[in-house]
This record gives sequence, structure tokens and C-alpha cells, in this order.
Amino acid sequence: MAMLDIDNLHAKIEGEDGKEILKGLSLKVNPGEVHAIMGPNGSGKSTLSYILAGKDDYEVTEGTVTLNGEDLLDMEIDERAAKGVFLAFQYPIEVPGVATMTFLRSALNAQRKKRGEEEISTPDFLRLVREKAAGLGISQDMLKRGVNVGFSGGEKKRAEILQMAILEPKIAILDETDSGLDIDALKIVSEGVNALRSPERGMIVITHYQRLLNHIVPDFVHVMHKGRIVRSGGKELALELEANGYAEYQQDAA
Amino acid sequence: MPAVQETVEQVRSIDVDQYKYGFFTDIESEKAPKGLDEDTVRFISAKKGEPEWLLEWRLDAFRRWQTMPEPKWARVDYPPIPYQELYYYAAPKQKAGPKSIDEIDPEILATYEKLGIPLRERDALLGIESTGGSKVAVDAVFDSVSVATTFKEELAKAGVIFMPISEAVREHPELVKKYLGSVVPVTDNFFATLNSAVFSDGSFVYIPKGVRCPMELSTYFRINERNTGQFERTLIIADEGSYVSYLEGCTAPMRDENQLHAAVVELVALADAEIKYSTVQNWYPGDSEGKGGIFNFVTKRGDCRGDRSKISWTQVETGSAITWKYPSCILRGDESQGEFYSIAISNGRQQVDSGTKMIHLGKNTSSRIISKGIAAGRSDNTYRGLVSAHRKATNARNFTNCDSLLIGDQCGAHTVPYIESKNASAHFEHEATTSKISEDQLFYCRQRGLDPEEATALIVNGFVKDVLQQLPMEFAVEAQKLISVSLEGSVG
Repeated sequence: MAMLDIDNLHAKIEGEDGKEILKGLSLKVNPGEVHAIMGPNGSGKSTLSYILAGKDDYEVTEGTVTLNGEDLLDMEIDERAAKGVFLAFQYPIEVPGVATMTFLRSALNAQRKKRGEEEISTPDFLRLVREKAAGLGISQDMLKRGVNVGFSGGEKKRAEILQMAILEPKIAILDETDSGLDIDALKIVSEGVNALRSPERGMIVITHYQRLLNHIVPDFVHVMHKGRIVRSGGKELALELEANGYAEYQQDAA
Repeated sequence: MPAVQETVEQVRSIDVDQYKYGFFTDIESEKAPKGLDEDTVRFISAKKGEPEWLLEWRLDAFRRWQTMPEPKWARVDYPPIPYQELYYYAAPKQKAGPKSIDEIDPEILATYEKLGIPLRERDALLGIESTGGSKVAVDAVFDSVSVATTFKEELAKAGVIFMPISEAVREHPELVKKYLGSVVPVTDNFFATLNSAVFSDGSFVYIPKGVRCPMELSTYFRINERNTGQFERTLIIADEGSYVSYLEGCTAPMRDENQLHAAVVELVALADAEIKYSTVQNWYPGDSEGKGGIFNFVTKRGDCRGDRSKISWTQVETGSAITWKYPSCILRGDESQGEFYSIAISNGRQQVDSGTKMIHLGKNTSSRIISKGIAAGRSDNTYRGLVSAHRKATNARNFTNCDSLLIGDQCGAHTVPYIESKNASAHFEHEATTSKISEDQLFYCRQRGLDPEEATALIVNGFVKDVLQQLPMEFAVEAQKLISVSLEGSVG
């Protein structure tokens, strides 16, 4: 049994006339695997990430998603987080007045409590943050600032990876993590992600461009189009897409 | 913000309609006859053993009050207050004037313990170190009388006078006579005039020249009796070059009927003096349908009478069914400064109309207003503020920032700023924002593992951070908890 098992997932935007976005998507992710999902704009990549995280705006009409055998779709957003689902946002949200440090600690302790674990002690927490932040080039000053407030594009993405490093998810979903990054920032973020690859952890890397996959080399590449996975392969598939573009799939569908 | 976790546990442990401080203490009390006439005023004055001049002062106020209409301009809606159905004086029955903590009715002490306000002198007597590190002297007012004032001796060594105002009338008549009503005149407004006629107790503080008060001074007000109004009167005088930080907290039992609270607070800061006045107001707000709760009509005003004096108001308002309150500063002295930091939270059917007045009279005076209003449930939350510069107020400066946060879509936030300038050199800035806790923010926080209430508490605490920072440490933690508890049931 796969750690994350998405089977024939259909989903639409909430509401009566909600448009169907996912149309029978299936994907299995095992621990230690990194799956890249590529596809043209509007193919449903971001929707998939929101549905896995549990955002309210969508309605699953058919299919199942399990995490280690448990029904993920039946869980609340924060319950999923505590079970190990982490979404690195394409556009991280600002929370003014709440220091990044406070946010991290509240989140970590909330998850630990839900899992019946002890809250982390202050010295242990500070040590953990200092260690992880240093690797991502995040200063103490940035940790004192409000969550994502006044952060540059690169800082926001690094902060997302820091959160991931602290929360240690089982399954990490990275939604267009490369968008808005220059090459130097891309390198730092990718190194951060690579450092988090582990035999216990699965990752889904969503991206429009192949360039991210030069830095985060995936085990599998899937092409998504019109709400389904239309082709799967190894890392070489990304290079093929880079050379030929998505036109082939778009024509197929037309 | 390590208090967040604790806060949230507290939130969980209570129901929407459960006001933590809503218990009633069964103690015998002595009341004035129901209703209000000259005899009631005489009764109160006689109970307090007051001098003739004060009785006359009260009677004058009462006569004027009878001619005044109740103000109706605030954005609050409430049934007529049955002034003749109220008790204007209630005192726990005991021998007059407790000399020490030991003489206080154990039931009253237990009440304050329940409120989390140990009258700390006892701890000190027993040699227990206070947990907060710093010492706080407490004056506790139960219904109409002050039941205990702690650390009196230690304060006396510094020359600080901190005692019930009824006692100050007897022991320091010259000070009371000189300053009482000098900031909020007897005829100031309907509720202040009522207070002047029937006030029963409250705190009196005098800080002598050049003295920095060695500890925080604090008063806790508790309404216990049914159908009683509480009319406390606080008078604080900071003589030249002195400094004092004063805190007040308030709670009341849960009752189906409304109770009236009409207090007056007067602050006087002489040259180079500074007064910092902090309030955590948590009167019973009524239930989720708007039944019961305190009607809170309060007049608070500070007079920066001397040059370079400073008065700072900080308030966290979470309680009361109706709040009508505008702590103000009269910037009379040259280069004097006024500050107003406010967090006003309304939930359920609460109605808040609160703000400040900064009256610039002297030269080079400055004021700063930071107001954070949070409305949830079906409540209404109004900021009403006046900033004015008079002709001689050359170079008056004000900065105002009013932010409102809405939780849900059945509440209202309103900002009503009045700005008047009669001096061309005045420089007034006003910023205002209204926002909602966005779905995106909640989703983001929940994706990281916070449940809806934890997420809301975190976002709101971030929103009010600028003001929380102004509160003394012990109060800030308390206020933070209170904020979360007040917002219980506002999401999901």
C-alpha cells in the first residue's frame, strides 16, 4: 500500500454550477519518493494541492484519497496537517503582528498536541529553529518579523521551506515553489528541499517549468492535463517536455 | 506569544455562554433604600461620615442631574434605565473599615481568589514571593465600598497615598477638596453628574513631588449585589516630576437583568509628571442573545496640567453589554503629551461606542491614538474620537490610527473621527483601516496545524500587538487570554 494513495479523484468548485476541475486523477506516492507534476496552466495542478490540504472551496464528487490507509478526505484541515500533510504555498499568506518565530512554535505545538506528544521546550525549539534557519540563510531578524509581512518573493519561499523543516511532514506538496525566484534564490530553496528528502518522506513537486527539476531531481514525472494525469515517466520526461512543450497534450485533447 | 496555547485551552474549557467570572458571592450586605432622591444622597454621605461640604457638593450634583437629559448620540441601543428601581449603595456587612486583611469577610477574600486576584499583601506577610517579580499594591472595591488596600505602609514610606477615596476625604480633605471635580466637573455629563451625586467609593492616589511610585497600583472592582449600580470615583494626582502606573480590572456576576456602572476617573499630572493608566474591563457582557450584562457608562479624563506632563491611557475592553467610554486628555501644559491605546472587542450582542478626546491647549503638545476594534458575532463596535487644537496650541501634533477587524458577516465596525483645528500650525494625521480575517489566513494557519479557534486567536493577537505591548507585563498576559476567551464561538 502506498503512503499516499489518490484513486480516481473527481472534484469541482463548490456550488451548484461549480466547474469540474479534477476528472479522475490517480497517483500513488511511497515514502522516499519525489514526484513532479507538470502541466500547462489551468490543468488543475494547484487545485490538486488545495484538495489534498482540505481547502473549503472544492467539493470531491468521486474517488478516494488515503494517507497510510486512513481516509484523508474525511479529516479537518488541521488534522491533516497533524497527520503529516504539508503544503508549501505558491503565494504564502501574510499574518501581520504574529512573529514568524511565534507562528512556527504555535504550529509545531498544535500538531504535537494533536498527536498526543509533549510540547517542545523553549530551549529545544530555539535550537531547532536556529539550526534550520541558518541552512536557509534566514536571519534572526526575519524570524522576529510578522509572518510573510514585507518579505521578498525569495524570503517567502525560504520561510515556507523553513516551516516544512520544522514541522517535518510525511508528505510535502510544493506548489510552484520556483515561481518568482531568481537563480540564486532557486538554488537556496532547492538545497533546502533536497536536505529534507528522506526515506520516510514523500514529496509532490508541482511546477510549470523544468528548471526547478534540475535542482530537485524527481524520481517520477507526471504530466497533468484537464484534471487528469495523461502521462508518467522518469526524470527524463521533464527534459522531453522542456524540448517539446505541452503543445502535444493540448492538441491531443482538442 | 507563549500564552497562546494556554489561551486556547482556556477557550476550549468554557462554553459560549459561560462567563468565567459569573458567580455570585453570598454575603450579607447593607443597602440604601431602593431608588434615588435627596435622602439617598444624604444616606450615602452619612454612611461615609462625610463633611458638610461634600454632602453639599453631592446634593448640588443631584439637583443638576435631575434637569439633564440622558445623552443619545452614541451608536448604542438599550432599553430605558429604571433609575428608581436601582440600589445606589450596597456594602458588605461588617465592622466599619477593616484594619488588616484578617478582618475582611473570608467570603470576599475567596471571591477575589476566584478572580485570580489574591490580595497579595497576605502572600507577602506569609513570606511568599510574588510570581510576577514586581510588587503590585491592590485596592479591592466590592459593590460600593473598598474592602482592602494592600502595601499601605510600604507606600507610605515613599510618601505615596493610596487609599479608598472615602478614607482620603477624612484624612486628606485639602487634597480631595482641591482636585475632586477639577477635571470632570460636576455638570460634565449626565452619567458623570449622577456619579458625583451617589459615588460611594473608589481609589485615591497622590504621588508627591519627584517620587517614582515604587510599585504598580491596582484596583479591582467587583459588582456583586443584585440591582445595584456601581458608581466608583477614582482620583489620581501626580505632583511635579512624579510617576505612577495604575491598573484597574473589573468583573461582575452573571445576571439576567442589566446592571448600571457609571464611574468617573480623574487624573491630574502636574509639571513633568507622568501617569500611566491601564484598564482591563471584563464586566459581564450578557448572554449570546443579549440578555443581561452591564451597562458601562464611564467618564475618564486626564488633565496634563503642568508643562511636559504626560498621561497615557491603555484599555482592553472585552466586557459589558453596552460600553460608552472615552478616556481623554486635556493637554494644557506646554509640551505635554497624551496617549490612548485601546483594544475593544465585541461579540454576541455587545455594543461598544468608545474612543478618546485629545484636547490640545498648550504649545508643542502631542498626542497619539492607536485603536484596535474587533467585532464578532452580532455586535457593533464604534470608535468615536475627537482631536482638537485651540487657538494657542501652536505646533500641536496628533497621530491617529484606527484599525477595525471583523469576524463573520453579522457584525459592524464604525469609525467616527472628529478633527477640529483653530491653529494653522497644527499637524494631525489620521489613518484608518477595516479588514476581515480572511479565509486565506485561516486556511494558511490551519494547514500548519492550528484549529480554527487557535488560528483566530493567533491572528487577533497579531492584530492587537501594538496595543498589548503598552500594557504592564502581568496585565498583557491576562489581556491576551481574555481576548481569546471573548472571541470564543465567533468562528466555525
